[in-house]
Amino acid sequence: MPWYTFEPSWDPLREMDQLRREMDRLWERTIGPERYRRRVGVFPLLNISEDQDNVYVRAELAGVRPEDMDITLEDNKLILRGERKIPAEEKVVGYHRREREAGSFRRVVRLPERLDPARVEAVFKDGVLTITLAKPEAVKPKQITVKSV
Amino acid sequence: MAEKELQPKEKETAPVAAETTRPGRFFLPAVDIYETQEAIVVLADMPGVPSDKVTIDVKEGRLTLSGEITPPLGSQEQLLVQEYDTGNFIREFTLGQLVDQNRIEAAMKDGVLRLVLPKVEKAKPRKIEVKTT
Repeated sequence: MPWYTFEPSWDPLREMDQLRREMDRLWERTIGPERYRRRVGVFPLLNISEDQDNVYVRAELAGVRPEDMDITLEDNKLILRGERKIPAEEKVVGYHRREREAGSFRRVVRLPERLDPARVEAVFKDGVLTITLAKPEAVKPKQITVKSV
Repeated sequence: MAEKELQPKEKETAPVAAETTRPGRFFLPAVDIYETQEAIVVLADMPGVPSDKVTIDVKEGRLTLSGEITPPLGSQEQLLVQEYDTGNFIREFTLGQLVDQNRIEAAMKDGVLRLVLPKVEKAKPRKIEVKTT
């Protein structure tokens, strides 16, 4: 028995409250407003958004070094590949907790059409990868000005 | 060599006791905690948190880590598909051991916080000899 502990103290009321929240969340997810939600079994999970000019594909990849990531655009497929390495630490006497995982990943995203690779950009900041895909001119919304005659 | 493949994991919501007045959801960062002769080292995954938005607090034997994320979407952006949740991070631990608060080191890199908590040197054990008379 170690003489120090990292266990968060256990509080039954807190547990109950958390259970209630989880139930609420489950409920919301099935029929509620969180309609965009998608469940997938492949790492990394992605959030996809758009604005007028671009489509953004984001992934949380904390601790993955940019040089260990490989992003390719192949026809209309965007392929994310990489490896999360957790280097062995020195002078470790003992582990209290090991929750972070190392391993490789590969995920393919099918895009609605072939995009110009020159107009794809990837930025990695604070552990979040953002891939910006410029929309082809043809699908961009066009504003039509009404002329008065 | 068979490489391990990473599996997606849903983020765990932080318990209510850790709730703050700021809006937004809070999640528990995944951590590794290990010990060396001199220190306790904490590694915490907090993607989306810039280094100036990390708060570390050691008070009365409790260590609190928290991080505020930068808004995940641009102002004009609309979400099309959401597979993961975004939110701030918070996690608390009870330190059963004294740490030297003045020498705590923290660094943030690629969304991973590395915290070094140096142990306070214990008083040297004194050996008491029992004399036989």
